Amino acid sequence: MNNDNKLSFEQAMKELEDIVRKLEDGELTLEESINLFQNGVKLSNQCSKMLDEVEHKVSILIKDKNGEVVERDFDAAPKEDLDEF
Amino acid sequence: MQLLSSVSKPILTVSEVNSYIKMLMDHDPFLYDIWIRGEISNFKAHSSGHYYLTLKDESSSIRAVMFKSANIRLRFRLENGMKIIAKGRISIYERDGQYQLYMEEIQPDGIGALHIAYEQLKEKLQKEGLFDAEKKKPLPLYPERIGVVTSPTGAAIRDILNILKRRYPQAKVMIYPVLVQGEQAADQIAEGIRYFNKTKGVDVIITGRGGGSIEDLWAFNEEVTARAIADSDIPVVSAVGHETDFTIADFVADLRAPTPSAAAELVVPSQFELRDKLSSMLSRLYYAFNKGIENRRMKLRAFMQSTSFRNPMDMIYRNRMLLDQLDRQLEKNILYKIEHAKKSFGLLCGKLDALSPLAVLARGYAIVKNESSSIVKSVSGINEGDKLDIQLSDGSIFCIVDEVKPLNREM
Repeated sequence: MNNDNKLSFEQAMKELEDIVRKLEDGELTLEESINLFQNGVKLSNQCSKMLDEVEHKVSILIKDKNGEVVERDFDAAPKEDLDEF
Repeated sequence: MQLLSSVSKPILTVSEVNSYIKMLMDHDPFLYDIWIRGEISNFKAHSSGHYYLTLKDESSSIRAVMFKSANIRLRFRLENGMKIIAKGRISIYERDGQYQLYMEEIQPDGIGALHIAYEQLKEKLQKEGLFDAEKKKPLPLYPERIGVVTSPTGAAIRDILNILKRRYPQAKVMIYPVLVQGEQAADQIAEGIRYFNKTKGVDVIITGRGGGSIEDLWAFNEEVTARAIADSDIPVVSAVGHETDFTIADFVADLRAPTPSAAAELVVPSQFELRDKLSSMLSRLYYAFNKGIENRRMKLRAFMQSTSFRNPMDMIYRNRMLLDQLDRQLEKNILYKIEHAKKSFGLLCGKLDALSPLAVLARGYAIVKNESSSIVKSVSGINEGDKLDIQLSDGSIFCIVDEVKPLNREM
């Protein structure tokens, strides 16, 4: 979900909060405010996009025959795999 | 029976006697399965793993042993002075000819065994500092991956998944399936927590189960579970579904949730609140930005409304007016001055007329001027041959000096 060149939701939220606070504090040049504002709008869009585009994913870790842990989709996991629990 | 009824009593070996007594005892239905209440003394945990002790009451005592195979199932430590109820059989140790109690199970007399074990482990871990507040790790604000160590078939996982799906479907959930009760449960739970720490695949771990009796919840009171939680680098939330009772896992965990549902609530933010927060931040952003622009606009307007900007011709008009005024004044002054001069002139003309030498000339006087037209008032400076101009009332006589004869005042 989070690669290097893309901000995590947490980072994006934090940056957005910082920008809002800076703008609210004032004492900026017009150029600075415009840049911050544009950045803020971009971050806000990013955040709401992140909130929108994610689907609920659940996986289960099951040991295969060799004792290796493998990840499977939880809803699609065969019932017999869960029988022992 | 044969032996006892025999007339000619045979002589037996010690071993034979002990062996016979052992047989009697072992076949006694009462001694074979017996419960004894007593207090522990002379407790010794032998290096072989077997426990040896004496059970006593006010007036009597009995030796007792608990083999390793039985005592590993004990959930609390035996101590001298502890009052217990032991289940076992009475038999004889043939080598010493000593009968003793072979204990299979021990329960504390008064409070339950599990309770004692719980208190003992709690005290031990607390002393080690495993419950310290400084040890608690903060939970991530927005976890992207959540590890859940619980039974994949229980009510707990259903509750957790329901809440996570509604509240924050953005997080991926990974379930490490374990038994949550029974002998293997604690080891499996510990392994699950260690697995997530090894793979570093999640931001936070929830481990727990639904409610139940103290026996049902026991896996969460075991040392192996507690240690795995304490050793976890990833924050662990305990979620053992018993609102009121705390398990050892609860004390060690970075956060204790009263139920699995509550754990899910605590671990993730609400996407709805997040959306609210986001939109409120966006409006703050717009407001703050617009306010900055508006402030500048107002400042600009204030400049524009200053007189010099609003009516740039004003000053020119004002100065023009001043100029006109000065102009008029100048004109007036000049006229006045001219008038004044005229008057003075008239006056002077009158005076001049009165002083005019022409009138004097008419009476016979003359004005003598030299060549440079200066009036000659004295003979000094006049030489023979100088040209002089003698002005009379009706004309001039130009003449050349023949002789200069100064007046002798001494005479």
